[in-house]
Amino acid sequence: MKKGKLIGLLGILAAGALALSACGSSSKSAAKNKFRTLDEIKSAGTINIGVFSDKHPFGYVDENGEYQGYDIYFGNRLAEDLGVKINYVSTEAANRVEYLETGKVDIILANFTVTPERAEAVDFALPYMNVGLGVISSDKDPVTSLDNWKPEDEMIVISGTTAETYMIKNYPDIKLQKYDTYANAKNALLNGSGKAWVNDNTEVIAFAKSNPGYTVGIDNLGAKDTIAPAVTKGNTTLLEWINTEIEDLGKENFFHKDYEETLTDTYGSEYADTLVIEGGKAE
Amino acid sequence: MPDLGLDVVFKGKNAIRLLGGLGIALRISLISVLISIPLGILVGILMTFKNPILKAVLRVYLEIIRIMPQLVLLFIVFFGSTRALGIDISAELSAIIVFSLWGTAEMGDLVRGAIISIPKHQYESSEALGLSKKQTFIYIIIPQTIKRLIPLSINLITRMIKTTSLVLMIGVVEVIKVAQQITEANRNSSPNAAFGVYLVVFMMYFIACTPISMLARYLEKRN
Repeated sequence: MKKGKLIGLLGILAAGALALSACGSSSKSAAKNKFRTLDEIKSAGTINIGVFSDKHPFGYVDENGEYQGYDIYFGNRLAEDLGVKINYVSTEAANRVEYLETGKVDIILANFTVTPERAEAVDFALPYMNVGLGVISSDKDPVTSLDNWKPEDEMIVISGTTAETYMIKNYPDIKLQKYDTYANAKNALLNGSGKAWVNDNTEVIAFAKSNPGYTVGIDNLGAKDTIAPAVTKGNTTLLEWINTEIEDLGKENFFHKDYEETLTDTYGSEYADTLVIEGGKAE
Repeated sequence: MPDLGLDVVFKGKNAIRLLGGLGIALRISLISVLISIPLGILVGILMTFKNPILKAVLRVYLEIIRIMPQLVLLFIVFFGSTRALGIDISAELSAIIVFSLWGTAEMGDLVRGAIISIPKHQYESSEALGLSKKQTFIYIIIPQTIKRLIPLSINLITRMIKTTSLVLMIGVVEVIKVAQQITEANRNSSPNAAFGVYLVVFMMYFIACTPISMLARYLEKRN
């Protein structure tokens, strides 16, 4: 029995050492990332773009098995202007950076929000979409500003979202009603147990569109984040080409067209200017 | 009957896409099973040998595979091989490698357990009957081992089929991923589609795993 235990312990130690060495080598080699330059992509004739396949209406697969959505519309245009065929790779939120660092995709167009932490791992091109927070409330008494909030009113928020963090930090006096799930928060608003609901602006805009009687009084609250294409860190030729492309597309109002084709059904045409960034110029 | 969103499953090519996804899941798991069973039997027999070095090496292998979640193994093989060695293994091949490594380790341990569970008197009796070591193994030990192994390995095979749902994390679009895609694409038009779609996925897994269990029952009876 003693011997068996010893061997077991040895095994665990070896496994640990292996895991550690795997981590060590991955952080070491992060400096020299693998990627394909613009010319290499062109001569290969196919570009690999990582997108979401289940985030309607930004990147999803329709009933015929075709990729569709706001990000895809842009991706198709990139490939067309580059003169190459396109290969969409289905990515998840958790592995987008990994795909770029290993060069398994050339570009990520998966609704990728620009953050300082991510910018250390990948190179972001110019932005093509805004994301922010929105506040939705009943038509009868719409909330259009958070400045004159009555102390007895409560704000609905989903726990763990950026909206919650933002409210605690910037409006500590507003009383929050926290819910764990989208469905519960939604019921709270419909029952009138909260005065208004703060969430990602795309979510509240879509909610207002499908639930008559509710208005988005504030469609862009606080610090705005942007969504941009990302390439492997150091892939400057591809990055510069995408940046020029985005600027050029701005001249023909490409992203408004993209919005019209892919997002109007969900968000309505009136929010185009709130959500779209044209020509890479965020306000 | 409440609206389960079953119509969504039959919209466009959705049903064919689900079947295609199931096909990929079954392909990955069955190829891995075909690799794992012979290798696992070999590993299991080697594990019963008294050689301490061999025992230690196999034990380390088994423990590593057991400690690491399959998801971590998938990431190590798919992304790690590119980072550390610069080789690009396709997602499906990575999945087959991981599932074969896992299946071989588990199968090996099952075989080892089955062999050592044969009582000592079986060996002694066959020696008393004048059978050689080789004959003992072929005529006495292996038939009894196989009988004990069948239910255990069938359990392993169905577990492998179900665990393939993890491969969506390395970009393989199998049946669960297709189900997610269908549910999300119809989020506005039929919010209840998740019930219908996953009900169909459940039935697909059930239909795929049933013949395997039936085969097991048949083999158990025959033995």
